[in-house]
Amino acid sequence: MIEVSVVRKLANFTLDAVFASDSGITALFGRSGSGKTTLVNAIAGLVKPDDGIIKVNGECLFDAARGINVPVEQRRVGYVFQEGRLFPHLTVRGNLRYGLELAKAAQRYVDFAKVVDLLGLEALLERRPANLSGGEKQRVAIGRALLASPRVLLMDEPLAALDTSRKREVLRYIARLHEEISVPIVYVTHAVEEIVQLAETVVLMAGGHVVATGGVGEVMGRADLRAQGIAFEGGTVLDARVVAQDLAYDLATLEFDGGRLMVPGVEALVGEALRVRIRARDVSIALTRPADISVLNVLAGRVIDIHAQQDAGAAVRVAIGGSVLTARITRYSADRLQVAAGRDVFVLIKAVSLM
Amino acid sequence: MLTLTPAEWEVIQLSLKVAFWSVLCSLPPALAIAVLLARCKFPGKSLFDAVVHLPLVLPPVVIGYCLLLLLGRRGPVGALLDEYFGIVFAFRWTGAAVAAGIMGFPLMVRAMRLSIEAIDAGLEDAARTLGAPRLRVFLTITLPLAMPGIFTGALLSFARSLGEFGATITFVSNIPGETRTLPLAIYTLTQVPGGDAAALRLSIIAIILSVLALMLSEWLVQRAGRRARGRDD
Repeated sequence: MIEVSVVRKLANFTLDAVFASDSGITALFGRSGSGKTTLVNAIAGLVKPDDGIIKVNGECLFDAARGINVPVEQRRVGYVFQEGRLFPHLTVRGNLRYGLELAKAAQRYVDFAKVVDLLGLEALLERRPANLSGGEKQRVAIGRALLASPRVLLMDEPLAALDTSRKREVLRYIARLHEEISVPIVYVTHAVEEIVQLAETVVLMAGGHVVATGGVGEVMGRADLRAQGIAFEGGTVLDARVVAQDLAYDLATLEFDGGRLMVPGVEALVGEALRVRIRARDVSIALTRPADISVLNVLAGRVIDIHAQQDAGAAVRVAIGGSVLTARITRYSADRLQVAAGRDVFVLIKAVSLM
Repeated sequence: MLTLTPAEWEVIQLSLKVAFWSVLCSLPPALAIAVLLARCKFPGKSLFDAVVHLPLVLPPVVIGYCLLLLLGRRGPVGALLDEYFGIVFAFRWTGAAVAAGIMGFPLMVRAMRLSIEAIDAGLEDAARTLGAPRLRVFLTITLPLAMPGIFTGALLSFARSLGEFGATITFVSNIPGETRTLPLAIYTLTQVPGGDAAALRLSIIAIILSVLALMLSEWLVQRAGRRARGRDD
């Protein structure tokens, strides 16, 4: 459980953020300059807020009113920095052991061998940071933070400096680690894919304020945030499971609460659970089921509501089984097709991004 | 020709002794001041910085004279030290070490400060998030990473000590076997008729010593630099 309410005034920027989360992974999402890093620095104790309260698992780390400001080294807040910040004069083993040796025996909840195994660090132990790849560095940084047995793990865009394939590799390790070790994680990012794959709760930040907090699907589906120009591109996140793999066509069939999707290029085994994201602009609406069409996924549903937007577009929310999909169509089409709440429609999904 | 006379040995040993102790005793305060200047903000910092650098710009004779006034037997500090601790600097080799240490001090501080400033303060933050208190951060992160600068500083100061003349002769005079270091011995020889050959021999010795010291330090700096940069090789 993390409760944060902080105010920090700088010359040309004010951070005034409030959020609470008891999820395993909480994503702090926002554009650069929205105050995400300042906020996690405040949680870590590297930045002192002018006012507010910071609590982790019921433990008060900062309370301006009561004059509490626990020093950084006593907060037990693990921090994975964007640039890794490995100690260059120590080997990987030395880096990993640095926090381990400082943690009190009674507070340790993870041992060296387990972390090395979870993050695949065995072969790197005697190397020095200068000879590691970007992805390896970040894995060591995660292990180092974890071995200090922190109350919460802060990750400040840990993948920002990596290329796409390295990103995927490290992301997999983080997901695995979270399954094995139940340490709450606050994950700072401006990449939607990372949120969709990892997060349970999203805290959306803009201009130093928290503008929305909620489940991933909930926050990402909110058309009003997009209208304000502060949210990520509208879309839907679905939890799905692989039910079939057609190797000849390289097509996987995914099942979600509401139907099935056929998706190309899924590197997952039958039975594996995964999350997919469907962008609102990749969803079209038809009144009759179109025949002779190349689009793979056509699903029947019922319109929940429709929001006209400031530009030519309108966001239509469609219930499909137990799921809700958002489609972005033009206002012109909405009027022409007389799309309205309660109407039965077919949704055509042009693309599904895998996370 | 190649063997040293006992008198020459005495001069060399004294010079090395004076330089060694001057470096050893100025290391801790120089490091403390380097950290202060590199990592802290405080009112009057630029004035403090200027005072630390004074020996670099003042005539050495002025420093020697100030030391004589302060630390001489009847000086305010010297009298106290003599009375309570029995420590006397005036006209002793220890006084020569003090003079040499002060003259080399700004060089030492400067090299250390630059290397500390070059260390990413983010590494120190990272160590603190891992649970290390400030002193431990300094000992396990800052100090090892600043090692090349510390070696450089120590060597510059050592070389400066070997060559110290003005402050030494003013403060502790030119006493054979006690305060007559290499430069003072060379100077003395050039003042007596027929001393040229001996002065030349001592000068050559001074050159050899300096080159050896430079080579040693270069080797140490490279070793420390490799460790600090964290190459496997």
